[in-house]
Amino acid sequence: MTRSEQRTVSTEQRTNKSDTASESQVTIERSNTVPPVEGAPDGVITLKDLEVFYSDFRAVTNVNMSFGSREITALIGPSGCGKSTVLRCLNRMNDLVPGARVEGAVAYHGVDIYGEDVDVIEVRRRIGMVFQKPNPFPKSIYDNVAYGPRVTGMKVSDMDNVVERALRGAALWDEVKDKLKQNAFGLSGGQQQRLCIARAIATSPEVILMDEPCSALDPIATAKIEDLMVELASTYTIIIVTHNMQQAARVSQRTGFFTAEADDKGQRTGRLVEFDTTEHIFGNPSDARTEAYITGRFG
Amino acid sequence: MTATTLVVDQSLKSGRRKGVGSTVFAIALWACLAIICAFLFFVLAVIVQKGLARFDPNLVTEHPSRLRPDTSGVKSALFGTIWIMVLTALIALPLGIAAAVYLEEYADGTRWWNRLIELNIQNLAAVPSVIYGILALGFVVRGPLSIGAVLLAGAIALALLILPVVIITCREALRSVPSEIRSGSLALGATQWQTTWKQVLPAAVPGIATGSILALSRAIGEAAPLLLVGATTFLTFNPDGVFSRYTVLPTQIFSLVPLDRVEFRDLAYSTILLLIIVLLVMNALAIWLRNRYQRQW
Repeated sequence: MTRSEQRTVSTEQRTNKSDTASESQVTIERSNTVPPVEGAPDGVITLKDLEVFYSDFRAVTNVNMSFGSREITALIGPSGCGKSTVLRCLNRMNDLVPGARVEGAVAYHGVDIYGEDVDVIEVRRRIGMVFQKPNPFPKSIYDNVAYGPRVTGMKVSDMDNVVERALRGAALWDEVKDKLKQNAFGLSGGQQQRLCIARAIATSPEVILMDEPCSALDPIATAKIEDLMVELASTYTIIIVTHNMQQAARVSQRTGFFTAEADDKGQRTGRLVEFDTTEHIFGNPSDARTEAYITGRFG
Repeated sequence: MTATTLVVDQSLKSGRRKGVGSTVFAIALWACLAIICAFLFFVLAVIVQKGLARFDPNLVTEHPSRLRPDTSGVKSALFGTIWIMVLTALIALPLGIAAAVYLEEYADGTRWWNRLIELNIQNLAAVPSVIYGILALGFVVRGPLSIGAVLLAGAIALALLILPVVIITCREALRSVPSEIRSGSLALGATQWQTTWKQVLPAAVPGIATGSILALSRAIGEAAPLLLVGATTFLTFNPDGVFSRYTVLPTQIFSLVPLDRVEFRDLAYSTILLLIIVLLVMNALAIWLRNRYQRQW
């Protein structure tokens, strides 16, 4: 695909998105019984005093941050600092964990997605997710990509076209165009992960969440996914959790550093220590803990 | 380098530590296995040897007869068994699969009532089959439903009998579907129902099918509950509907064995052989299904 073609595709997608956005404005207004979060900046998603509990255990507290449109934001920090927990709040995947409870607000375009009348299905359609381990469905490559549009009842005139565009968007089309009917399990790990990305963008989301998307992949596949992320950021807002600090430095515009410190009762609760441009975090961090982490002194 | 290798090799070889205890234990285990196999082989050998005498086409083409034991068959019982197997499957499988889906996919396992249901299902699987016969006699044949001693009543009794087993095996099949498939589907905006129907159930079908066939093969080998709900022991017509009288292979065997003429006893052995063949075919089908569709996640 040449540069100019790429640009056409992304503008097309952009136009489509503004269509869906204006449509969705109506749905949101209808379902919006929750007042908009005050002082929400222009970010696509804004977290205000976010706190997450698993039963009685407070996993994360006091998270305030905002994710910019068409930017890559990386969440980094040592294991158990709650960065994945925060990520899973953004499309309500924490609902699936028994006993999980969220306090504070997760505002998507000013609407609290944990508000009462919010349609979780619509939230997840617009805020897609890619998981740590590639998890294609045991179906054909085509059906994997078409699954999202089908189940969410998207009005699609030409599914073949949707599938092709999603696979092209995930830089997988050339490798699989001749075997769309074959089982997705036949693909390599890196290809499977790109298929999962294609599957996520097929529902034309605005935001894509990625939970350590490269941790199960070899360096070559990882490099491909990183290139892809940078490319996708021209169209989508990407939020990525990663253990790999070089990865965060390479791909992201903004970085949030989390850590968990034990309180006097020995409970470890995750907190957002510093949130700034990636350049700032890696070049001149304000907090001593951030500096210690990125220079490899702990974590 | 060679020197070290030699030393290591020798030290490995000299370590013959196999004690007397472990040898005795291994022999004991083998002996147990041998006893079990010997019994099984003996039973099979006797049945095949005595059953072959009357294992002829008449067995499946002729109805039972008190007058011509040497040419009569068990046609009505074979058809009754097939009828009751299909009916039992139609009743037990939808119920059992639905119950398993609820317990695995929807129920909140931390709630006490769901745990109570689980515990009861485990216990029900251990209830003797004759109890289910009494239950069906009291509630289906007579009592509230009063449909009489017909095929449907027998199928209901057997369906109740295998329900716990069906539920337990279906739950295991559902549990073996990785949770990544569920979260992947839900993250794309699928509802819980779509996720269950389009992803989890199809992925669990091989396990569900295998478990169901094994449960059904247990059902068609049962005589006790069917004797209670009035399966006849002597019938010279095939069932023609769910409200028809019926007989099945196990009750046929039950009625043939005590008869004093040797022809009847030969016929009983042949019927047992026939029943065993039906069961073996079903079990082979279950194993084939399991191997054919086994998935590497």
